[in-house]
Amino acid sequence: MLINKILLRNKTLYGALMIIILWYTMHFAIGSAIIPTPHDTFLTFVRLLPQPLLLHLAASLGRILAAVALSLAIGVSMGLWLGINQRADKFFSPMLYILYPLPKIALLPIFMILFGLGNTSKILLIIAILIFQIIVTVRGGVRELTEELFLSARSLGMNRVQLYRHLILPAVLPKIITALRISIGTSIAVLFFSENYAATYGIGYFIMNRWSMVNYTEMFGGIVGLSILGFGLFKLIDFAEGELCIWIKIK
Amino acid sequence: MIEVKNLNVFYGREHALSNINFSIDTNTTCAVIGPSGCGKTTLLYAMAGLITPRSGEIRIHGQRLRGIRKDTGIILQDYGLMPWKTVWHNVALGLVIRKLPRDAIHGRVTAVLKELGIQQLKDKYPVQLSGGQKQRVAIARTLAVRPDLLLMDEPFSTLDALTKEHIQNLILTIHRHNPMTLVLVTHNIQEAVFLGRRIIVMGKASIKHILDNPTFGRENVRDKPEFYDMCLKVRKYMGRV
Repeated sequence: MLINKILLRNKTLYGALMIIILWYTMHFAIGSAIIPTPHDTFLTFVRLLPQPLLLHLAASLGRILAAVALSLAIGVSMGLWLGINQRADKFFSPMLYILYPLPKIALLPIFMILFGLGNTSKILLIIAILIFQIIVTVRGGVRELTEELFLSARSLGMNRVQLYRHLILPAVLPKIITALRISIGTSIAVLFFSENYAATYGIGYFIMNRWSMVNYTEMFGGIVGLSILGFGLFKLIDFAEGELCIWIKIK
Repeated sequence: MIEVKNLNVFYGREHALSNINFSIDTNTTCAVIGPSGCGKTTLLYAMAGLITPRSGEIRIHGQRLRGIRKDTGIILQDYGLMPWKTVWHNVALGLVIRKLPRDAIHGRVTAVLKELGIQQLKDKYPVQLSGGQKQRVAIARTLAVRPDLLLMDEPFSTLDALTKEHIQNLILTIHRHNPMTLVLVTHNIQEAVFLGRRIIVMGKASIKHILDNPTFGRENVRDKPEFYDMCLKVRKYMGRV
């Protein structure tokens, strides 16, 4: 009964437990070394974590965070601009709508030729994925603002800076967070792929490297690391939403 | 004194206000009444400086109006509260924008929340409020900046009958305690007669008639026959083409 209660209260714990049960089932059903047991994997994960897994994870996380920061800076300003300026919107939006659904991973070879095999091309690729989502949602967020709110803001005597501070930015903030939530998964997947090229650090490199060495347990340790990284980023976004957008949550 | 002289406003080619002339004495009240689409909201926006007239002028206390005025407060139809700010921060907004010191903001917001009886709502967000509560917050926000001219656009149209009367009484009390000129736009005759010392009846884009309302401000006026006589009089002017 007590266990039941704890599980119901903690959804993360419940989810993890169910996945581990499923994992064991797969392990026994398939009966091959390609799926090691969860306990072997976790032991390996813990053993590898200080060296070298943490370095690989840090390299990947650094790339993602750099890309997120740059995408936010450029994407939000661009989205605000297009949302407010009709003429700019008419000029740029048609291009945006063609580029937005394009699978950016296809551009990896071009990015590698233009920007080299190092961090720059990998970060640019993630930016290419995140930025369109951010531009499109921020632009939409500005468009959704009612005329009444603008009148209300103006009638209170807001100047341009105050208009952004009190009206436009708070209105688009939840949209930005949603955009990040939607696209962060894709960007991790793409990073994983791009880290297979000319990288010596990065969790994608680590996983594929252990695969080619036929060390499946260590490979799975890497997958666990990648999963925790992704989960952590999701939780971070949830936390940001909870702190910054209370008014969305309380309806 | 507020004077509107030969005011003309166009929306594209549409003549939204045609040759409007009237005046309102300082610290009295005025109700602008008319059917939907007659241009009464446009008139209010022009008086707020939110829209620029094609020709004519609006003078507030002798000064010609050019754009938004610091001492004019406006309450919009849908209240215009910021959904991401608590009641407290919504009420403080006008003062924050005017860059008042922190202590002064705290003092004024506390006082105005108390005056409107909404202290207990200070940490709530607009989505958590009823229509009447939102209305009070919108009034509080406007009063916090201590306007000498308060403009209201159909402020009670979405409230239920009881809340409506309650808030109308509140407006009257506030007006008694705080010297300011009050202009209210409405399509409700009783509201106009209850809150307007002067009543401007509008037809399409123009003024049909201006009446002075002697029943304004009397004790329990809603129980008096002369209140309803006045309502009938206004109705008669509204009906005339």
